[in-house]
Amino acid sequence: MTHILKPQFRHPNLRTNSVGLTRRDYEGVISTLCAGCGHDSVTAAIVEACFEMEIPAHRVAKMSGIGCSSKTTNYFLNRSHGFNSVHGRMPSVATGANLANRDLVYLGVSGDGDTASIGMGQFCHAVRRRVNMLYICENNGTYGLTKGQFSATNDRASRNRKGMETPFDSIDLCNMAIELGAGFVARAFSGDKAQLVPLIKAGLHYRGFALIDVISPCVTFNNHATSTKSYDYVRHHNQMVGRLDLVPEQEEITAEYAPGTSTDVTLHDGAQMRLSKLDISYDPTDAETALPVLERYKRKGEIATGILYLDDREQDLHDLIGTTTKPLNEVDADTLCPGSDALAAINDAHR
Amino acid sequence: MQPEPTYNEFVLKFGTVNGSGSASANLLCAKTLFRMGIPVSAKNIFPSNIQGLPTWYEIRVSEAGHTARRDGVDVMVAMNPQSYKRDAAEVVPGGLLIYDSTFERDFGRDDIHVVGVPIARICAEHWTDTRQRQLFKNLLYVGALIELIGLDNEVVEAGIAAQFRTKPKLVEPNVKALHLGRDYVRDHIDVSAAVRARKANGTDGKIMMTGNEAAGLGAVYAGATVATWYPITPSTSLVEGFENHAEKLRRNEDGTLNAAIIQAEDELAAVGMAIGASWNGSRAFTATSGPGISLMAEFIGLAYFAEIPLVLFNVQRGGPSTGMPTRTQQSDILTCAYASHGDTGHIMLLPGDPGECFTMSVDAFDAADRYQTPVFVMSDLDIGMNDWAIDALEWDDARQPDRGKVLDAAALDEIEEFARYRDVDGDGIPYRTYPGTHPEKGSYFTRGTSHTDTGGYTEDGRIHAESLERIKRKVDGSAEHLPQPVITTRSDLSRIAIVNFGSTDLAVREGLEQLEAEGHVLNHMRLRAFPFSKAVKDFADKHDYLLVVEQNRDSQMRHLLLAEADIASTKLIAVPNMDGMPLTASFVRDAVLNAMQDLPEYKDALTSRISAE
Repeated sequence: MTHILKPQFRHPNLRTNSVGLTRRDYEGVISTLCAGCGHDSVTAAIVEACFEMEIPAHRVAKMSGIGCSSKTTNYFLNRSHGFNSVHGRMPSVATGANLANRDLVYLGVSGDGDTASIGMGQFCHAVRRRVNMLYICENNGTYGLTKGQFSATNDRASRNRKGMETPFDSIDLCNMAIELGAGFVARAFSGDKAQLVPLIKAGLHYRGFALIDVISPCVTFNNHATSTKSYDYVRHHNQMVGRLDLVPEQEEITAEYAPGTSTDVTLHDGAQMRLSKLDISYDPTDAETALPVLERYKRKGEIATGILYLDDREQDLHDLIGTTTKPLNEVDADTLCPGSDALAAINDAHR
Repeated sequence: MQPEPTYNEFVLKFGTVNGSGSASANLLCAKTLFRMGIPVSAKNIFPSNIQGLPTWYEIRVSEAGHTARRDGVDVMVAMNPQSYKRDAAEVVPGGLLIYDSTFERDFGRDDIHVVGVPIARICAEHWTDTRQRQLFKNLLYVGALIELIGLDNEVVEAGIAAQFRTKPKLVEPNVKALHLGRDYVRDHIDVSAAVRARKANGTDGKIMMTGNEAAGLGAVYAGATVATWYPITPSTSLVEGFENHAEKLRRNEDGTLNAAIIQAEDELAAVGMAIGASWNGSRAFTATSGPGISLMAEFIGLAYFAEIPLVLFNVQRGGPSTGMPTRTQQSDILTCAYASHGDTGHIMLLPGDPGECFTMSVDAFDAADRYQTPVFVMSDLDIGMNDWAIDALEWDDARQPDRGKVLDAAALDEIEEFARYRDVDGDGIPYRTYPGTHPEKGSYFTRGTSHTDTGGYTEDGRIHAESLERIKRKVDGSAEHLPQPVITTRSDLSRIAIVNFGSTDLAVREGLEQLEAEGHVLNHMRLRAFPFSKAVKDFADKHDYLLVVEQNRDSQMRHLLLAEADIASTKLIAVPNMDGMPLTASFVRDAVLNAMQDLPEYKDALTSRISAE
């Protein structure tokens, strides 16, 4: 039995948010991942972010592919529809779903195999189409379900449990997403909830394609001393370059960090964000200067985390192709069907 | 003295250079004949090439209504020296060949009329621009046909005016070129063709349309809002048809469109998007050809097992592999019937002409929603890309889309428990919900892994078996509600029949007429859908032999009839055709007579023979 419902029992005084839901209402079935899996922390962060954002849970569509990470969409937001599609193809399914109803919140969860190998093509094209979704890649550098093969995000210096090296360079999803035109790109560590939750919130608020590449250690196959995606390694090499915090509505924006290090950003839906630069040489709003800095961190074996890129134009696929502002799945049949008079005219044009 | 010509029964063929602008002149000829009231069909026989290779355009003109392709050319317009030899060889004795005699040529045929018109020279005398000199050559040969075979001058000119409605300045030089060709023939040529066209009234209530445009238009009428595709010959013009009509018919006042059309990065993404959109409550489709189906296979299995409506247009071309991308075949029958790994079985609709591409496009969306499963519309290059003369399209304004079993928020409030995959009604069809419908009820998890009736993951073999059986029952249950076979009983006594489907129908019907004229009366069933309905099995029971005419090597439909309609193998005679060309009546006639040689008791099965003896 691998589908375990959580007990309905709950504390009678659980706090509810403004849409009448408790934190428990944002949870899913019991995780079947290994104890200590980084992905479970991401799940918890998603639950936390959605509860705090007070999202009506049923207005979220959870999209995923195949793999340990993709299974997690079952472990949160039980009131949402979920779609566990085929390996590497979640981006196309999410794109289609978004075309049908632009008003839902699309949360995609994928892994490094699902994204950087089999799904690379679809990932790239979802980015360049600016599909309005938050795409979380739970990145552990390994294929867990098939027992520990290298993935394409595994660093060259990182050995597997048996001490073997990969001869190939790793793919950096964040750099690629910035180049392809993603509007919101962040990297986080599953072990740092304080950093991850605000990023998830901001990514969900963002209109356009938002990527969070979460380094999420695999306790079973990639958490050893020679791995660069182990808990210990990430803790010791984590360099936050930019922080994004949601500013609660009631708080007046007055606080000033060190000059030139903090900017306030208002997102499309009115959400206020405060962007703090923690590396003074790094400007997350300028892709041109940001990419070389990221490369420098990488060469030093350090992991640049936080908000890596933010484009405040916030354009999405529907803006680009000019679809109706109403969800297409709500346009009524009579509006869609041109009727017999129009057909008579078409017939005449074909005589 | 010349014998009286044959009117309105001939084949007119153009041999031209791909990319030379001949296509619109050739279509102008076909349309002119059609507008003169004569039934026509036009077949584009083209290379997989943008410019430079030989290409042909065949018009079958038949007041009697025989518009299948026919071998033998009565009038050949040979404009391409690369193909002179084979073009001349195709002309029937007594036929006519028109060529550009700027450089004279001996075709080595003394049994045909060869008419030389110095087309390039005349163009060079009247135009200086190279491009114009090239383009107007096409109008010159159209002009020559006015004199030679009786294309109606006024109708041609009206056609030119219509063609350049938005660029009226171009009408005058085109008409000038037309007249140059016409007048040259009038003044210099003294040949009477054995065939001529004259006005008739055989096209009242008819239109000329390609199947791809009709299918795309059908998708507009069905209420499809999401079209996702990857370019592939011969299906590309289907989505373009949808897009062109949607542009005109789905535009809102604020400039936005009630449709989303995405050219995907590949066929996998194209079908993935269609599935995502369908899952989310839009009517969505993709259009492709054989290679695309192969790529989509994994996703098709997901839609089948997770029970998501999906409409796929497969405009078939020559396979296997890249095969003959610009030739027609019906060779994806088994691939589509059982697409994807594991146990599957899919609904297929089998349009026989562009008119059915329109109606079956609409039917496909209804069936996909009703049965929550992939539905293939199995067109082919001949139907999809060629202009056919068909009955004007009709639409019943009372028709509403059948969205199948979908629970909205109010319906969810009424029920105690929602279970996505529970067979509540006993017909195997469960109820579904769209994401975002209800705050507390109706959400479920869609997965390609085996699942319980509430959508939970399971490895319970009993549940897995039950799901597979229910889904089969569900799809099988569609058979009586899909388009039924068209049965033509030419004689109650005949024990032999032809079974066919799709684009071969005109040739089969013409072939049956020829056979009857020779004393062989066969009955006829044109299949229109899979899974097979009872009518298919009943028809088989009434006959000793079914000659299954189809355009593939392996007699794929015969296999399907064998396996799925439980028809005895000795009863099913394979009549395969796989040369990539639209079928002809003479092929049907010859193949039937040939096949009957092998039937021990065939004489007893031919009723008119018996009665005649």
